[in-house]
Amino acid sequence: MADHLPAPNRALTIRVFRHDPADPASVPRIQAYPLAEESGMTLFTALHRIRDEQDPSLAFDFSCRSAMCGSCGMLVNGRPRLACRTMTRDLPAVIQLMPMPVFRLVRDLSVDTGVWFQAMNGRIEGWLCEAHPFDPAAPEDRMDQATVDAVYQADRCIECGLCVAGCATVAMRPDFLGPAGLNRIARFILDPRDVRGAADFSVLSSSEGVFGCLGLLGCHDYCPKDLPLRERFAYLRRSLAWNLLGLSGRGKGR
Amino acid sequence: MLVIGGGLAGERCAIEAAEGGRKVLIVSLVPPRRSHSCAAQGGMQAALGQSAKGYGDSPDIHFADTVRGADWGCDQDVVRRFVDLAPRAVRELAAWGVPWARVVPGLRVLPTGETVEERPEYAGLVAARDFGGTAKWRACHAADGTGHSLLYATDGRVQRLGIEVLDRTEALALIHDGRACRGAVLRCLRTGAVSAVLARATVIATGGYGRLYGASTNAMINDGLGTSLALATGVVQLGNMEAVQFHPTTLVPSSILITEACRGDGGYLLDRDLHRFMPDHVPGRAELAPRDVVARVMTRLLRAGRGAESPDGPHLWLDIRHLGSRHIASRLPEVADICRAFAGLDPAEELIPVRPAQHYSMGGVRTDADGRVPGLHGLWAAGEAACWDLHGFNRLGGNSLAETLVMGRIVGHSIAAGLEAPGSAPDVSLAAGAVRDQEERIRRLASGADGSEYVHELRRSMQEIMLEHAGIFRTGDGLRQALDALEVLRGRAGRLGLRGGGRGAGPEAAAALALPGQLRLATTIVAGALAREESRGSHFREDFPRRDDARWLVRTLATWPAGARAPRLSYEPVRITELPPGERGTGEGPAGGTRG
Repeated sequence: MADHLPAPNRALTIRVFRHDPADPASVPRIQAYPLAEESGMTLFTALHRIRDEQDPSLAFDFSCRSAMCGSCGMLVNGRPRLACRTMTRDLPAVIQLMPMPVFRLVRDLSVDTGVWFQAMNGRIEGWLCEAHPFDPAAPEDRMDQATVDAVYQADRCIECGLCVAGCATVAMRPDFLGPAGLNRIARFILDPRDVRGAADFSVLSSSEGVFGCLGLLGCHDYCPKDLPLRERFAYLRRSLAWNLLGLSGRGKGR
Repeated sequence: MLVIGGGLAGERCAIEAAEGGRKVLIVSLVPPRRSHSCAAQGGMQAALGQSAKGYGDSPDIHFADTVRGADWGCDQDVVRRFVDLAPRAVRELAAWGVPWARVVPGLRVLPTGETVEERPEYAGLVAARDFGGTAKWRACHAADGTGHSLLYATDGRVQRLGIEVLDRTEALALIHDGRACRGAVLRCLRTGAVSAVLARATVIATGGYGRLYGASTNAMINDGLGTSLALATGVVQLGNMEAVQFHPTTLVPSSILITEACRGDGGYLLDRDLHRFMPDHVPGRAELAPRDVVARVMTRLLRAGRGAESPDGPHLWLDIRHLGSRHIASRLPEVADICRAFAGLDPAEELIPVRPAQHYSMGGVRTDADGRVPGLHGLWAAGEAACWDLHGFNRLGGNSLAETLVMGRIVGHSIAAGLEAPGSAPDVSLAAGAVRDQEERIRRLASGADGSEYVHELRRSMQEIMLEHAGIFRTGDGLRQALDALEVLRGRAGRLGLRGGGRGAGPEAAAALALPGQLRLATTIVAGALAREESRGSHFREDFPRRDDARWLVRTLATWPAGARAPRLSYEPVRITELPPGERGTGEGPAGGTRG
């Protein structure tokens, strides 16, 4: 049944990065908060407890607290995680929390992932480019369920940014599209309702695109939705290659 | 045009208005894709009638389901308009890229043992699953991440149109002169800077007020912010604030939603002895009775000691093991993910611990059928924040996603079509005064000029009061106690001071700025619930357990006049055009729940 362990009573130390870039007097530092662990405690519960009971100035982002909105990415003992779905019982008693790299720091653990993703989506035109305008009088275009499943699987990305924070290529070249950007392109290529094939995304074949990837695949390990990113990159490379050889039209096939 | 709120309703409204030539600004607490619309799971109701158990469906049947579900508390003209437009919304979102589940022709054996046939002529068209309180299978879905896919498709459209979005921005007040709304005072959550935006039309699309309650499926941002700003004008009416929905199946102890699709696809509810109890109470629909009915049966069982014990209190079980791991992986992957991450269990092998928690706000800013807010020219509302009154006293599962898109489009269209030139130039001095008022509030909070009450403590007290006295079961005594306790809290909230300092955009300041308005919303809910001496839909009075159409087939309207110590309640008749009040057909009878 549900995993109700006996209430643990570890004394945790939560070490949190503190800095307000808007305040000229602010110096980046680590602040340690003692916290009594509770049964089923997540980092969402822990951080709220600290903010409510010890330090109301502590800034961090949460919204849905169920791993759907993608707000709460941070480095947990050095690894990018969604704080809401990270259980303290899976961590040592000393837990260090840092803001994710790459994204602009707002304050403390809060970073501007939304701005980054909006820019990325603008760059790849991350919206459906339909073959014909919507006709309210006509039935929808037919699709087979296997294609729908493939599109849904790619569409599940919640833009939390963990893959970007864990990407060695992004760390070296900020113009790299990042795993989430590549996945988003694949989502539209896979979708028969979108007119674009691999060749239509000019950035895809550049070093800012899929061939810029070093293949270290931190993204694949850190994705909280377990998206098969490794396979996705292979799909993109193949689509481009076949397209180059003129084997599959506009690179929309497999 | 200013849209406050970047969820599905706000974005759909913005798209329609932008396509109609309006210049639109969306402000949102979070990046729009992180709005709570993303967490809607199971489906969207629309009478397409293209799949098994849905053949012969029509807007008429959807209409009857919605009105019965609402316990006749809704506006039937609005319901009619909504059910006629819902299929169009599904098809439009198909054209925008939502990966709707499709019809796979052939025979299929349901968990009940029944065999159904998906007809070849519908192959590849949008399919539907079963949801509670409906006569036909009508819930269109993208696996169980329907809200996510809808929101991403809609937000893609917003980006494609180049609509301007300010995220990490909150609205602190509406700028108005008592007759017309001219925009809003905004505060940037990055820097703390306060500014004014003047607009010919302002739309409140801020979602529900679930976080007034201590246990809710809602996101942390569902604070009733926009509803609260409307009430603060002193002239805008809120409708049916006491109509609050509790979802039967939320995960213990986090109250994370476990979609109704689990029961729609054949899941069972079990008590501590693993007895399937819903057929005892609602023969026929069983687990798929309307949400208010299921939540009441479950709460009665928990009170009677038939829940399973756990360190987090008693709960019941949701059993979807018999759906099989293949079905769960393909049709309920988000549920499986939630169970793994938050309860450490595999729902294909283990039972899910659940109990009811606050889920949806039927009440909200009262509007007409176009989303116009009477009383303040230039103000509109859409989606969960609004009460055009589609849901009455209980919303059908799957009608909320459909409402955001249908109503958002109607409001955007109305604004684009009818936006007359303002009678006078934008009133800059009115805006400047409104900004000064808000800056003064922030200064007083930061300096501790009014006192040193701590926002977190007061907020938690409010959430406990609402859960205890304004929840699934309500009594006159409990509600009176709650009114008194909330009045004390309102007094204390006048003496708030920031502990963490008020510099920049600290989270404490946002909470402290919002709390007085939230306490007024909570008071409005409790006052409405106390006055309504009957039981209808989600509003259940143990001391008045029967629906009373003679006295209470009316909508509660609440305003909070400037300087008043309590909300002013009035009532208007509910429009009945097609379906006269009758039995809901839930097994509970018009008494609303005497069995069990």
